[in-house]
Amino acid sequence: MSRQQGAVADVTRRQLEEVALETRDRMRQFVVDNFYVADPSDLADDTSLINSGLVDSTGMLEVIAFLESELGVRVMDQEMIPANLETIGRIVDFVARKRAAAGPAT
Amino acid sequence: MCGIAGVVALRPETPPPSLRSLEAMVGALRHRGPDEFGLYRDRRAGLGHARLSIIDLVSGQQPMSNEDGSLWVVFNGEVFNYLELREELVALGHRFRTRSDTEVVVHAWEAWGEQAFERFNGQFAIALWDARGEELVLARDRLGVRPVYLCEHGGRLWFASEVKALFAGDPSIPRALDPVGLAETFTFWTVIPPRSVFQGITELEPGHVRRVSRSGTVDRAFWTPRYPVGAGSGFTGSLPEAVERVGAALEQAVRLRMLRADVPVGSYLSGGLDSSIIAALGRRVKGDKFCTFSLRFDDAEFDETPYQRAVAARVGSDHREVLVRRGDIAACFPEVVAFAERPLLRTAPAPLFLLSRLVRDAGIKVVLTGEGADEMFAGYDLFREGKVRRFWGRQPGSVLRPRLLERLYPYLARSPVAQQAMAREFFGRDRAEFAAPGFAHRTRWQAAAALQRLFTGDLRRSLERVDVIAQLLGSLPAEFSSWVPLAQDQYLETRTLLSGYLLSSQGDRMLMAHSVEGRFPYLDADVVELANSLPARFKLRGLDEKHVLKRAATGLVPEEVLRRTKQPYRAPDAQSFVGPGSPDWIAEVLDERAVADAGVFEPRTVERLWNKCQATGGGTQFSNADNMALVGVLSTGLLHAQLVRATPVRRPDLPFKTWVDREAVPGSRQDRAPATPDRSVI
Repeated sequence: MSRQQGAVADVTRRQLEEVALETRDRMRQFVVDNFYVADPSDLADDTSLINSGLVDSTGMLEVIAFLESELGVRVMDQEMIPANLETIGRIVDFVARKRAAAGPAT
Repeated sequence: MCGIAGVVALRPETPPPSLRSLEAMVGALRHRGPDEFGLYRDRRAGLGHARLSIIDLVSGQQPMSNEDGSLWVVFNGEVFNYLELREELVALGHRFRTRSDTEVVVHAWEAWGEQAFERFNGQFAIALWDARGEELVLARDRLGVRPVYLCEHGGRLWFASEVKALFAGDPSIPRALDPVGLAETFTFWTVIPPRSVFQGITELEPGHVRRVSRSGTVDRAFWTPRYPVGAGSGFTGSLPEAVERVGAALEQAVRLRMLRADVPVGSYLSGGLDSSIIAALGRRVKGDKFCTFSLRFDDAEFDETPYQRAVAARVGSDHREVLVRRGDIAACFPEVVAFAERPLLRTAPAPLFLLSRLVRDAGIKVVLTGEGADEMFAGYDLFREGKVRRFWGRQPGSVLRPRLLERLYPYLARSPVAQQAMAREFFGRDRAEFAAPGFAHRTRWQAAAALQRLFTGDLRRSLERVDVIAQLLGSLPAEFSSWVPLAQDQYLETRTLLSGYLLSSQGDRMLMAHSVEGRFPYLDADVVELANSLPARFKLRGLDEKHVLKRAATGLVPEEVLRRTKQPYRAPDAQSFVGPGSPDWIAEVLDERAVADAGVFEPRTVERLWNKCQATGGGTQFSNADNMALVGVLSTGLLHAQLVRATPVRRPDLPFKTWVDREAVPGSRQDRAPATPDRSVI
């Protein structure tokens, strides 16, 4: 890898990290607002949204609606599983995977 | 039905209770008994009574005494087997002056002491004052149909049917919400007696008797629910025999509740199995005019009109209905909370408030209801859910067992994979713990407890070391774990939701708000003992709930009612409060300063909740969490405004019919006594 290529990769990685950070922040803000969390410090990236009682089955549909309308990610039926949606961390990873699979944004 | 109140000095130097306090307490309970008011006072104690005259209309006034005036009673409720007990007492040499059940209570205490209460088949809260021995005895029925609240303040013990009467009796009693009571409410939907939601106020536990004397206070359970332990205990007959026994016991329970009244008795009719059976049996007892009363809902989702009308037509009752719209719920909710005296997580009490008004306006004072059938005969989804989840827990890796959830909740089978996977996640968590006490209830308790995230930081810190679920599970009877899982679930359901919410917030309080007495055949002492003695498989057969009851109802209620899927009683919750035309009180309760002043919820978080609810508008479905959260926040705010912040109301003079003042100073306050005081009893 040339130095130039390496620099481009660095930039891309940084951009991706920024996007992930932004996704994480927006996701957190959505959960705090939509599920009225008094103390956001209770909400870690690995807090189970379901087991903590924050999100019930109707609430999960609200999460999915947010992903689709605000983050531009289509969630297929078979993707609506705890492995993808159980925590903010998993949702952020899921969004990143979906975006990567969809190819570079135009 | 009635309201009772009283005060007893706990120290010799404490001055006699003031007449004004006693009058104020009775005044605060006026809705419970608007027909007659009575008062008794001596140097140490005072008793007050607001009467709803139902039995022995002419001579049943209270407070009532024994022959020599040494024992006084105030009594709220009914002892349905009072005629049988009276015969026993007459045989023992007791002489009666009246035809009332109250007098039976007095003599039963003299004859049998604490053992009297086990003999009572009824729904009661009783205060007996032994003026000679200076002892107060308080007793409450087995399942807590009738309430008694207590407070020690200023060297006195205060007690009353409702908390507002305590506050009216002595406005210097501190008024504040209790953090643990709030945590319990936002977990179980109710506090667990003896705790109340007010600091310093306790509730006498159902099935308990308390004796208060110079030598101290002693509480004793005279009854607790019991279920079979091991093979051979409990009911050993066949299923058809059980069906026959249940049918006969219910008919007798209805008969007692219809006939032991000197006023007409009607019936609630929801359109479900339980109240349909009661209405049908009630009509059988009473050949002529028999009134049934139903709630209809403008929201089709909650409405059961066709079933109600089918049963009314079959029974041939004089049927009355009230149609409930969302706006009606919002409009009466402040009053509902003032009567309920606790935070509510559902609006379901509100329509029942409107229904008891319909009953009162129809000139009926007593109604039968179907309450208790789901607890005694295992009707709730929770019981079925617990069975499936335990079955799954025994083979936690099974793919097929969780699919039984679809039989419980058919919507899951039609749902996208998403909801199925999420539902499995929800129902499957902790399934390894399937043998632990409270396993079936824990998912529901945790869903409500998650709403404690709305509490202020201060409140949450004060609750950091409090685990209300562990406290409840730590207070279970020793034999709990030897009961079968269904019996364990029934016990917990009875101890929490039935006593604290269904019989209180949805029961006594909403009925009494309009001076209507509810009677509950499914909570008849014999019905309860029989139901509890039955094997679990008679009640929950496979996943068929209330199996034995359905069999007993065959031929009694229309086929369509017997076959229909159980519809839990619900009313529009958050939907009632959003959208155009919502009443002004909502903005007042949600105002940042009001929320901060109540100190229960974080104002910013309440704002988030309210914004979300408003944004979704009135049209869409709210999640279970949003419904509970909004109703909980609004009701807690109303409770704080009306019972904590507001100065207690002390009504002007009531026309007392019974006025026994042994502390009377000649010439003073005699003008307060009625023109013809009932001196014959002194």
